[in-house]
Amino acid sequence: MGLHIVVCVKSTPSSANVPVDPSTGLPKTAGAPSAINPFDEFAVEEAVRLKERVAGSTATALTLGPDGAADVMREAIARGCDAGVHVTGPEFDGGDSYATSLALSAAIKKIHAEKPVSLVLFGKNTNDGGSGVVGAETAAWLDWPGATSVKKIEAVDDASATVHRAMEDGTDVLKLTLPACVSTVKEINEPRLPSLKGKMAAKKAVFPKWGASELGLTAAQVGAAGAGAKVVKASTQPARPAGLKVEGGSAAEKAKKLVDILMERKLI
Amino acid sequence: MANKGILIVAVSQRGVLTPATFELVTAGRKLADALKEPLAAVVLSEKASALAGELAARGVDKVFAVESPALAVFDEQIHAKAAAQVASKEGYGKVLIASNVAGRALAARLAVLLKGGLAADVSEILPDGKALRPYYSGNLIAEVEFKSPVCVMTLAPMSYPRAEASAAKAEVVAVSFEPGASKSACVSYQPEQSNEIDLGGAEKIVAGGRGLLNADGFKPLRALAQILGAAVGASRAAVDAGWIPYKNQVGLTGRSVRPKLYIAVGISGQIQHLAGMSSSGTIVAINTDKDCPLMQMASIGVVADFNELIPIVIEEIKARRGSTAVAA
Repeated sequence: MGLHIVVCVKSTPSSANVPVDPSTGLPKTAGAPSAINPFDEFAVEEAVRLKERVAGSTATALTLGPDGAADVMREAIARGCDAGVHVTGPEFDGGDSYATSLALSAAIKKIHAEKPVSLVLFGKNTNDGGSGVVGAETAAWLDWPGATSVKKIEAVDDASATVHRAMEDGTDVLKLTLPACVSTVKEINEPRLPSLKGKMAAKKAVFPKWGASELGLTAAQVGAAGAGAKVVKASTQPARPAGLKVEGGSAAEKAKKLVDILMERKLI
Repeated sequence: MANKGILIVAVSQRGVLTPATFELVTAGRKLADALKEPLAAVVLSEKASALAGELAARGVDKVFAVESPALAVFDEQIHAKAAAQVASKEGYGKVLIASNVAGRALAARLAVLLKGGLAADVSEILPDGKALRPYYSGNLIAEVEFKSPVCVMTLAPMSYPRAEASAAKAEVVAVSFEPGASKSACVSYQPEQSNEIDLGGAEKIVAGGRGLLNADGFKPLRALAQILGAAVGASRAAVDAGWIPYKNQVGLTGRSVRPKLYIAVGISGQIQHLAGMSSSGTIVAINTDKDCPLMQMASIGVVADFNELIPIVIEEIKARRGSTAVAA
């Protein structure tokens, strides 16, 4: 029997270099070009590789976002995923990781009821909110085991997956009981480019759209209403003015001067 | 009942507490004093009762020790269950956790179990309980307000100084815990082969980029890092070129760091790199290009060829240490 992999993808601004809107004090993203969150490309690639490794497997992309967000599922299909599910509706606006992960977990439960899920894959974090916690929060709502910072999926069968979790001081090799949630890191693979065949399939793909009611949730549980935290203000990083320049003279003179300054400031 | 008090969750790594744990104590103490609320810590470890003493001497009011062999290797579900048991029984309102691989996953699980909002990679907790954190890949700083009765925060490493041990000892309470069956069995642990210092908690970092020209360029950098007791970092360009492993990468797609001293060698300073290191204390740029972006924001910019400069810097440091007999 093949695997069923769900890969969560997000539409985010193509550039994280966004200005602050002085009237709201929040990032101004309206009208900015968007694309698949760069870290999600690794999760999509891993889903497709697992599909290729285990015959009879399917990969479903899942996204939560406004109408335009469906484009990131087309991107996932162009790269080899089979289908997509779009969680969307005005009730999801303003959600934080808590409310968003609840909605994703409800969608995964619904997908799981139709066709049992083996693994849910996530990117490391997004380039906008960037908390890097939605994968583990989704796992918590599902009460499924999980691992983050996964740099390798070594073996996978119907009942378990052996994964390599990159820690600060080495690697933990874990055998997760399936179904499980796995957040990937960049080291896991090198994403391929979309194929022509994939692009054709992506063009034709139609995605079911699920709102809160289809997920068995109320509007009060999702979006801003269901959020536990809210960004009230965003500001730009304070600029760092250029400091001292050490130039001119021989390398020995410059080296001496640098060591002088570092010692004076008690940095070395 | 209103949730009250601050709880630090300390996860041991290979049987020891990480230095980041003591940074949590400093942040927690400050917040506890501002809010006039108690500060407690819970140690989750296979050696919790032995480690609890270390925290009891650092300025917390109470330490809970949850000791179980099931807590030896980080298990998202079991660690979260243990922390949630203490947090909900005592009704703590604010939970502080270190922002590392285990801490981020634990915070995520706990937020759901405690029905709380979460702010990740917090660099500062304001006296009113709001949190500052990086936003849009570090281009912006977000001010986060919590709406939930319980709030969970992970603290970016090096954001607060480490609390020192004192003579005062807080009460230690042993907590009995039933982990249940694990669904995440640890098959093996492969320790880091090199004896390099980890970037996250490093006070000094020496990093190299495209300007090193090849993998050999890292040789003088490693020598400098060794004499300084510094970690070795790299820009994406150097990692993509295969000169150094990904785990050394600093920046948007790598690690975020804030050491006291960051020495960037042959790194021009693309925005992706700056996103990971611009909060460092003192930034030294060593580059032949005096107009590159990193030079524009460095505390000290040295216009020089690193191959010539660094060996002399090393000799110079050795000579001065020899003459004054002061170790770094």
